Amino acid sequence: MAKRVMLIEDEPSIIEAIRFILSRDGWDVTAHSDGSTAADVVALAQPDVLILDAMLPGRSGFEILRDLRGRSETSGLPVLMLTAKGQGKDRALAEHYGASRFMTKPFSNSEMLETVKVLADGA
Amino acid sequence: MPRSGLTGTRIRERRTMIGRRQSDLARSVGISPSYLNLIEHNRRRIAGKLLNAIARELETEPSMLAEGAESALLEALREAADAEPDTDAELDRIDEFVGRFPGFAGLNAELWRKNQALQRAVEALSDRLAHDPFLSTSLHDVLSTVTAIRSTASILAETPDIDPEWRGRFHRNMAEDSARLADSADALARYLDDEASAELSASTPQEELDAWLGAVGYHMPDLERALPPAPEDIVDRAPQLQSRSAKALALQWLTRYRKDAEHMPLSVFREEARKAAYDPSALASRFGMDLGAVFRRLAALPASSPAETIGLVSCDGSGTLTFRKPLDGFTLPRFSAACALWPLYQALTRPMTPVRSVVEMAGPGAQRFLSYAVCQPSQPAGFDGPTILEASMLLVPAGLAGAEEGGVAVPVGTSCRICPRQSCAARREPSILSEMV
Repeated sequence: MAKRVMLIEDEPSIIEAIRFILSRDGWDVTAHSDGSTAADVVALAQPDVLILDAMLPGRSGFEILRDLRGRSETSGLPVLMLTAKGQGKDRALAEHYGASRFMTKPFSNSEMLETVKVLADGA
Repeated sequence: MPRSGLTGTRIRERRTMIGRRQSDLARSVGISPSYLNLIEHNRRRIAGKLLNAIARELETEPSMLAEGAESALLEALREAADAEPDTDAELDRIDEFVGRFPGFAGLNAELWRKNQALQRAVEALSDRLAHDPFLSTSLHDVLSTVTAIRSTASILAETPDIDPEWRGRFHRNMAEDSARLADSADALARYLDDEASAELSASTPQEELDAWLGAVGYHMPDLERALPPAPEDIVDRAPQLQSRSAKALALQWLTRYRKDAEHMPLSVFREEARKAAYDPSALASRFGMDLGAVFRRLAALPASSPAETIGLVSCDGSGTLTFRKPLDGFTLPRFSAACALWPLYQALTRPMTPVRSVVEMAGPGAQRFLSYAVCQPSQPAGFDGPTILEASMLLVPAGLAGAEEGGVAVPVGTSCRICPRQSCAARREPSILSEMV
């Protein structure tokens, strides 16, 4: 059974690119773009890995992450946080709220694929 | 008579001009010639009855001999000396310096002010880069678009056997994203260009507003007319208002000013104010307005001389000064926190309870003012929103208000660092000055 990755991102082109890259490698990819409902959607879907953008409409990625870490069903979920390059405070916030990994935009496709694999393997 | 130097210097100039001997003048006012000599060389301070007596003997007005603009000059020099303690500036001879070399003293103070303005500009720009929400959002937007283009381009380059439908979709995405990136980069560049130049020319939006209000005398004849121009047009014509934040502050001020003018028309208000000896409480009853509005209206009255200028200071719930209309003899701090003894802060702790008192400003001349202060709460976000406090303090020169200059006055200063009242119970940090009052 394919492993499932959920992407919380509001940029349609990034969603399409990541969906293509991960699907080609055998992942089951779902995406969601609304920050205000993201935490409930993730808790319901229970993906193997979550890719979470820091800046989203409705609710920031950091607030969503804090919410997820406070729920028993998602407290241990591997989360890859996407932040913008040069925003040092975002990285500090991601670490503070318990991101498993973080990646700065722009990133390469291979870097994304490799990181998701590592997270899924629990490394 | 030219108003050069300090009070003592002016006394000497006036006495010489009318041909009075020092010993003769001293005898006339009941002091020793040696004491008058010290006064004339700015080694002793003079105010009150003695100044009045000397002015009478010299056939002039006390205000022509007293210090005015020099107070601000002295404060600026003291601030400069405080900021550069390693220079060992001779603070104990600062009066002599200002009295003997007013031009160089003014130059020093101006250079200090410009230096401060530049430092503030650098701080504002650094703060903007670190915390500006537009920059942060724009940067994230640009980097997200770059990420999308990079990922899509890599897919197209590294997947020669890609399905034609996917290829077409990715090509469309790249075309749209590259156009969006160009727009975002252009907007970002224009924003940085506009804001950087505006911030460098004046340090903070509040200071831009202060500079503009000072230039127009805190009075807007255009807004007193029955059909006033749009506030936006007034703001657009103001060369001192460069940054968007300063323009927004000016619009708020103008809107409030117009509303006050509608409820308290200038010609009627000016006459009523004179009749009421500038008592805001009486004027509030007469016009059916709250005290804060009357304070603003009194401070907006056109003044024909410094002695008729009414000052106004406002602060928010944190005590931060949000509005400053200065007046001679009552120096307002530009950057540091103000004197904790100002009735303004007494009012802040007791919302809706008016505070009236006579205050005496520390320093040369020790001028007295009648102060009225009040703190008004508001609920701009409704019952469930926070209570916002705004306190205001009106400063009326004692002579203008017809107030008795004798009696007990609240001793106040500008700010602890440059206040000479060493034994003040409200002192929060040491002063750089020696006891002078």
